Amino acid sequence: MRGIINAFSEIKKYPSAVAGLILIGLLIILAIYTLITIPYSEAVRLWRGGDAIWIETPRNARPAWMNFFYKEKQPLTIVLKSSENPDLKTVTDYDGFSTSDIEFEFDYQYDGFPSELSIFFKSKFKSARPFVTLKWITPDGREIMFTDMTLRHSESYRISQDSKLTNKLGGVFPEKALFADPKNPDAVLKGTYRLVVEGLLFEEESSIDADLIVYGKLHGLAGTDHLRRDITVALLWGAPVALAFGLLAAVGSSLATMVLAACSVWYGGWVDTVIRRINEVVMILPLLPILIMVGMFYSRSIWMMLGVTILLGIFGSGILSYRSMFLQVKSSGYIEAAKAYGASNKRIIFRYMIPKVIPVLIPQFVTQIPSYVFLEATLAVLGLGDPVLPTWGKLLNDAYSQGALFTGHFYWVLEPAVLLVITGLGFAMVGFALDRIFNPRLRGL
Amino acid sequence: MLNMAIEKTKTPPKKPGLKSNIARLLRYTLARGLVLIITVIIGVYLAIIIANGGGYVDDIRKGQIKEQVGLRVMADESVRDLNHVEKKEYEERLYQLELERLNLDRPFWARSHEYLINGLTLNLGRAEYLLSDSGSRQVRDILGERLFPTLLLMATGQLLLFFISITFALFLSRRYGSVIDKIVVALAPTSAAPAWFFGIFLILLFAAVLGWLPFGGMVSAPPPSNRFLYALSVLKHMILPVSSIVVSSVFITSYHWRTFFLIYSSEDYVEMAKAKGLPSSVIERRYVLRPTLPTIITSFALTLISLWTGAIVLETVFSWPGIGRLTQQAINMFDTPVIVATVVVYAYLLAITVFLLDIIYAVVDPRVKLGVEGNKS
Repeated sequence: MRGIINAFSEIKKYPSAVAGLILIGLLIILAIYTLITIPYSEAVRLWRGGDAIWIETPRNARPAWMNFFYKEKQPLTIVLKSSENPDLKTVTDYDGFSTSDIEFEFDYQYDGFPSELSIFFKSKFKSARPFVTLKWITPDGREIMFTDMTLRHSESYRISQDSKLTNKLGGVFPEKALFADPKNPDAVLKGTYRLVVEGLLFEEESSIDADLIVYGKLHGLAGTDHLRRDITVALLWGAPVALAFGLLAAVGSSLATMVLAACSVWYGGWVDTVIRRINEVVMILPLLPILIMVGMFYSRSIWMMLGVTILLGIFGSGILSYRSMFLQVKSSGYIEAAKAYGASNKRIIFRYMIPKVIPVLIPQFVTQIPSYVFLEATLAVLGLGDPVLPTWGKLLNDAYSQGALFTGHFYWVLEPAVLLVITGLGFAMVGFALDRIFNPRLRGL
Repeated sequence: MLNMAIEKTKTPPKKPGLKSNIARLLRYTLARGLVLIITVIIGVYLAIIIANGGGYVDDIRKGQIKEQVGLRVMADESVRDLNHVEKKEYEERLYQLELERLNLDRPFWARSHEYLINGLTLNLGRAEYLLSDSGSRQVRDILGERLFPTLLLMATGQLLLFFISITFALFLSRRYGSVIDKIVVALAPTSAAPAWFFGIFLILLFAAVLGWLPFGGMVSAPPPSNRFLYALSVLKHMILPVSSIVVSSVFITSYHWRTFFLIYSSEDYVEMAKAKGLPSSVIERRYVLRPTLPTIITSFALTLISLWTGAIVLETVFSWPGIGRLTQQAINMFDTPVIVATVVVYAYLLAITVFLLDIIYAVVDPRVKLGVEGNKS
């Protein structure tokens, strides 16, 4: 045991290993932070919630910090809600009916056009539906009428998808035409815009509330995907999932492999033969296709995948290298001595043989972690990711199936990819350094 | 399969003639081939058990039988006058008879050997949704069409990887401690990422940003009619996937092999050769490369196994029309027969790879003897 601790203190001499340890440390902190701030159920709800949760975020928005690098500043999303801001609303009662006017006013100082415009109405009435007209007022005083409509209890009006309005604006999409400078249609007219909702209510108890959302082109730390979901959620949750999958798979398979190899060598005979024959078969079994079959026919849950991975990993190629190490150990003197004083098989295997090989196990185990992390991503890219949990691999899969590389949404691919690289590099660098520390033959090389 | 039967002969062997060498090789090849065939059979059997655990293989066959019976009843003149319910009953009776005839009413384990034979011969009937380019529904036709692109891509990638790594490793062991050596040692951890992962970055750089090379696919559309231009187009489409195969593994393999070479080049007999004044190229070839080759081939075999598995995603990422992309399409369409078939094909491909490497190993390592089991530490 002392030797292992000493070896770890020797890590300080390898700058790459120190860097790797720092990366791993940061990942663990990120994972813990995620688990505390976004519990499992919340993550699943956010990722699977659909439109209702992500109504206020733009589609395919880039990260907000990218504005630092742009000369032309791109817009963030502007959300104005009459329900939260009663000042916007003026209600006047008349005989038998009332008017409810909502005036949204916002200052638009970006160089880029917004990506979308929508209004969501919520109205209360018993039988007579309220009637609204919408008017857009630009900073230079032009007034543009939108359509008139009678409202249901909940109504959404997607201004950007109104083809009549588009025709009225000369075939230019509303999100562009409404914000364009009349002298230079490709530039934004900066200033204060207003949208006036004039409502007619026909019942005493009736009321209207409206939310205006001017969707931007940038959002949050990491941007959004095609379903308006904030990618940050998946990036954060990817960390604990990747760490758990990598660590459990590596621990599970390498420990079990070692015990099996030790038994195989110590008992010899038919035990040895059986284990080696199983190993030969498992080597031929293609891991990924088998996982694919399991994912298709049984369950896509990440724990199922983990179980099968460990099971196949136990009898994988590792068993051969451990076997040859144990063969050397078996012939050493202290094992003879243990046999001579009558130690039990179990004692010899677990107290004398396995501890001898553990130093070799540690670097192998650390270098194995990233390959399992990438295995999870590989499965997700094939469309066999966990059905509910957001992971890095699933982000890559979404990005790929939406053609993110073709359409220039590089952030969508790069963010999970960079995190995967960091995880992979962190463990690999530590593993390589440990390999040199524990294998003196490699030390100078 | 990678644990070669090695035995250090105690008495110095008589100088073996060419004839006995070939005979030894043949015997070895046969024995290894036999063992591998048995292994493949067990592997495929396991795969079928896994697939059938969910009852899916049975469902494939029952679905096909139902379809055939339905067609037969529809075409049958004698039952045309029956009403709808009677027709259904008649159809059901025929279906049950057919199940009995094909032993499908017996428990799975009793007829699993039929599946095994069908699986091994890839006689898995029709695909549910996928079509081959020629329009065939037979799983075998679909696979046959996709096999060549996969073999072309993987063989090119693997051979290039081997030769680049071995020359690079020799070069590095000569320049031990130089800047380039340190760079390779520093880059070795990057090989933790699989080939497809590098593929994404290569596509991003060379296709999306620079626009020099195509995003994916095997030939440009429409394919050139001239045979030479066609080959050229395929070559151009191969550059990125092959480079991602090479880049993903070249640093780790050359790092490992360079370390082997360094360990072996401090052996006494190498010093002796140096003292004799042999040129360094001869020393490398005869005194360093020779004894390390068996180890190198074993480590290369392990790299290949992970490469084959990674090929599924690599082909998906590059839209390469091979078995891997087929697997991915089959997953998306839930085409069970095709998925079972790809598992079998990958098992075959792995076995053949291992078999070829075993033979090369036997050629390279004269100590390999047949049928000697024992302590191989």
